[in-house]
Amino acid sequence: MSATGIGAPVRRKEDYRFITGKGQYTDDLTRPGQTYITFVRSPHAHARIRRIDASAAKGMPGVVAVLTGADLAADKVGSLICGWAITSKDGSPMKMAPHPAIANTKANHVGDPVAVVVAETQAQAKDAAEKVVVDYEVLPAVVDPAKAQAKSAPQIHEVAPGNTIYEWHLGDQKAVEAAFKGAKHVTRLDIVNNRLVPNAMEPRAAIAEYDAGNDSLTLWNTTQNPHVARLVISAFVGIAPEHKLRVIAPDVGGGFGSKIFIYPEEVVCLWAARKVNRPVKWVSERTEAFVADAHGRDHVTHAEMAFDGEGKILALRAKTIANLGAYMSTFSSSVPTYLYATLLSGQYEIPQIYCEVDAVYTNTVPVDAYRGAGRPEATFVVERLVEVGAREMQIDPADLRRRNFVKKFPHQTPVIMAYDAGDYNASLKKAMELADVKGFAKRKRESARAGKLRGLGYSTYIEACGIAPSQAVGSLGAGVGLWESAEVRVNPTGSVEVLTGCHQHGQGHETTFAQVVSDRLGIPIENVSVVHGDTDKVQFGMGTYGSRSGAVGISAIVKALDKVEAKAKKVASHLLEAAEADIVFENGQFKVAGTDKVAAFGDVALNAYIAHKFSGQELEPGLKEGSFYDPTNFTFPAGCHICEVEVDTETGQVEVVAWTAVDDFGKVINPMIVEGQVHGGIAQGVGQALLENTTYDTDGQLVTGSYMDYTMPRADNLPSFRVETTETLAPSNPLGIKGCGEAGAIASPAAVINAITDALGTEEIAMPATPAAVWAALQKVNQSRKAAE
Amino acid sequence: MYAFTYHRATGLRQAGNMLGKLEDSKILAGGQTLLPTMKQRLASPANLIDLGKVDGLKGIELKGRSLVIGAMTTHSEVATSPVVQQAIPALAELASMIGDPAVRHMGTLGGSIANNDPNSDYPAALVGLGATVITTKRRIEADAFFTGLFETALEADEIITKVSFPVPKKAAYMKFRNPASRFALVGVFVAKRSSEIRVAVTGAGASGVFRVPAFEEALKKRFSPKSLEGLSIPATGLNSDIHGSAEYRAHLVGVMARRAVAKAG
Ligand SMILES: Cc1cc2nc3c(=O)[nH]c(=O)nc-3n(C[C@H](O)[C@H](O)[C@H](O)COP(=O)(O)OP(=O)(O)OC[C@H]3O[C@@H](n4cnc5c(N)ncnc54)[C@H](O)[C@@H]3O)c2cc1C
Repeated sequence: MSATGIGAPVRRKEDYRFITGKGQYTDDLTRPGQTYITFVRSPHAHARIRRIDASAAKGMPGVVAVLTGADLAADKVGSLICGWAITSKDGSPMKMAPHPAIANTKANHVGDPVAVVVAETQAQAKDAAEKVVVDYEVLPAVVDPAKAQAKSAPQIHEVAPGNTIYEWHLGDQKAVEAAFKGAKHVTRLDIVNNRLVPNAMEPRAAIAEYDAGNDSLTLWNTTQNPHVARLVISAFVGIAPEHKLRVIAPDVGGGFGSKIFIYPEEVVCLWAARKVNRPVKWVSERTEAFVADAHGRDHVTHAEMAFDGEGKILALRAKTIANLGAYMSTFSSSVPTYLYATLLSGQYEIPQIYCEVDAVYTNTVPVDAYRGAGRPEATFVVERLVEVGAREMQIDPADLRRRNFVKKFPHQTPVIMAYDAGDYNASLKKAMELADVKGFAKRKRESARAGKLRGLGYSTYIEACGIAPSQAVGSLGAGVGLWESAEVRVNPTGSVEVLTGCHQHGQGHETTFAQVVSDRLGIPIENVSVVHGDTDKVQFGMGTYGSRSGAVGISAIVKALDKVEAKAKKVASHLLEAAEADIVFENGQFKVAGTDKVAAFGDVALNAYIAHKFSGQELEPGLKEGSFYDPTNFTFPAGCHICEVEVDTETGQVEVVAWTAVDDFGKVINPMIVEGQVHGGIAQGVGQALLENTTYDTDGQLVTGSYMDYTMPRADNLPSFRVETTETLAPSNPLGIKGCGEAGAIASPAAVINAITDALGTEEIAMPATPAAVWAALQKVNQSRKAAE
Repeated sequence: MYAFTYHRATGLRQAGNMLGKLEDSKILAGGQTLLPTMKQRLASPANLIDLGKVDGLKGIELKGRSLVIGAMTTHSEVATSPVVQQAIPALAELASMIGDPAVRHMGTLGGSIANNDPNSDYPAALVGLGATVITTKRRIEADAFFTGLFETALEADEIITKVSFPVPKKAAYMKFRNPASRFALVGVFVAKRSSEIRVAVTGAGASGVFRVPAFEEALKKRFSPKSLEGLSIPATGLNSDIHGSAEYRAHLVGVMARRAVAKAG
């Protein structure tokens, strides 16, 4: 292994510019003649818009334009869409309601845009926005997914009676029922997977600029997938033809899924920029982000697991109501279906699984993919069932898991996924050793002496990453293919640019992708630059989410590198005057096998361009190759997280005192970056389990609309992590990469809750397990204990 | 933020005059409460009078049996002052638990108590120690200074100049943080003075800081956590929100009081 090649903990190349404040985020950019836009947002969760009086606003200083949903409709700007079609049990298509970028007749959640003001300065735009008078007829609202389908619930969209978007299912219901009938033990759980607000460090932003000379538009935008944004905005919203719209995603400070989607704000900026013929800039404020960025999770589930007398799992069934909020966001429909139910087999051999999912509209912010997207929800269901089942049957939870692990690969689950490689025992064993599970009883006694309860919880999770084989997702309803593209451009001086369709917003691609190239071509990592995030520079690509950039994005680069090497060998054969078949490429040098004739990589690159040694008819000059890589399977990262907590019984405060993570991510390119991804993921999962408390009141007001009430995880909520890996290579891609971006967030909530319930001796604790909630649960335990005495 | 006029005061009297004369004016100290509120357009003073360049408002001094701290002294200065750490370590510790480093380096004692946020920390120390607030006009006992939610006894043109804290025999502050804001969900300051014992609670009360006479009585008999065992306060009149019910807060007052007594030693 070289110091900068595959497997080396290379420091992140991009950090120099970030740490020295030289990053270029959307908000750092200023276009000549730029105006500012402010969104007038509905203060009501559900209200008919009777009339909008913009006259006072139009007369305010600096105002360039005040625009409403009526103007948008008059200009025939299309609706925002959800790009994954789900079919209900009865064969009917999902009920996708129109989603105008500015509400025209009815506002459907607090924060729904109802008008915009474009002005010379941000302050002027804000001042004028306060003068837009909207006459609302306030309607009753529904926020709780479990109540959305009730007859008495207010109807949000005409196309969706009972606020039901789809009633979907997966699996063999009859076989599952039969399996439950033969069960020795059944574990039942009611689970709420709490709604989360993503909160990337950089708020969303957009600048749109119209070039009247070419009738084209440019959008600088905080997006994880600039080409997808361009496609949707062109083909569906109809703002401009694809070739007349350039989307640039400059440095982006975190996304976690929330920047995948195509939102009203960027569409409105583009539309307004052409209307006022000036650049239009919008930068979300943090408070605005709480009601403007898609939220995550929000499932209500009843789940049951059937066991035989030996603790072997016979079947699992789950009924989930998924809250998709007021509109269907870009990929929302896929999250509680094909990204959720397909993972309900966990790491286990479960002969039969049946899952029903009702997706509902409510008067809340739209819900879509958030770090893990469906897989944390699935892991939570499975890992809670297994843990509680073990306790009920008085089997050691690690042992119960071991008895049920999938041990032979490939393994076809009853819910579509075919696991191709893994060693679940290996990660469990290693994690148990690192976590010193043997010493737990002693630690528990020590805690008890200090008046504290100690608990230990496992989560042996699996996820499907490397999203995704295009044909497979197409057959499941995806409106796009999920391959990735790459172009490797070798310059005449031997340096390399890699153009990737992935987009980095914290993942460190500029380093890891360069490592792969450096390793393969034997050139210094400094001589490699990674280009991404601009539809005018980079070929069409699908972007970054679903832990796909390594497994799919790097695989595309490897494919392009194969082609570069093949071409370079041809050039070398001319240069070294040898047969092409005799050329070997080693350590950055082309050699004639069995001789001492060599040509350095740089010499070959130069000769490819000067083309003096071969005829252009025989061999095309240049050294630049592209590829589109379509995976043949998902990848299946898996592992074991063990969480240990201490509970202060007097206050209900939970302290996470130890964390062990052993993950199998397949081939690791940069262990330092991988560890960082795991750290961040655990922090988000601990946030979900202990802290993040999105709360709507019954009127649909977001009670946790700022950091004064919404609890983000902080460093002191977390212990130092023990993070290690095991390795089974993913057979479906050239380097054997599985992906690591979401594992932490997927594994951790179940580990935390399993640890807390172990400590408390009650299963009745919902996420987030805040001090007040834990204290209340302890009071209940004490009362029932007293009643029993 | 709405537009406003910024004034840099150079002397106390001038600041007081401006405060009296300029329409809709407010003192600007560390700005850690005022500026975020203005940014969110929840406050819109027409005039801000900055005390940052007024001499004599900063500093920490031990005067006989009292620790006197200037109104413009930052939380960080109080937290790290050897004088405070020596005389009233509980006060230094309280200041070290306010917000984050940025807030502590800007936020001031005067600003905190003038604002009288029901979840802020300093009111518990002032009431718990029986401190005296010294203003441009008079001296106000802490018990009379905090009059309600974000309300104080300050008159419109009155400026806090310093606070005098009598040095207690023993004291301790226990803070149970609101998980989100990290302000006090419940904070209890306990002090044993030669004349009296005080137990002051912040965070829990719907109208701000309050004392707990029942706890003070019990501790007078014996200053020990044991004296408070089984004692609690009624939940009526306490805050109730998504972070904790009134019952939970009432319970925490007992827990934090016992822990504070134990810590005071
Ligand atoms: C992120 C964050 C976290 C925080 N966490 C905590 C916490 O954990 N605990 C806590 O107690 N506080 C906390 N605070 C509040 C912080 O302590 C503030 O500094 C304090 O409340 C106000 O002090 P200031 O000097 O910033 O006052 P400013 O914001 O400048 O002023 C506040 C008010 O007091 C008035 N005022 C200021 N000085 C005087 C004076 N000398 N005489 C008369 N009136 C005056 C002003 O006119 C204004 O109305 C936090 C603040 C932030 C932003």
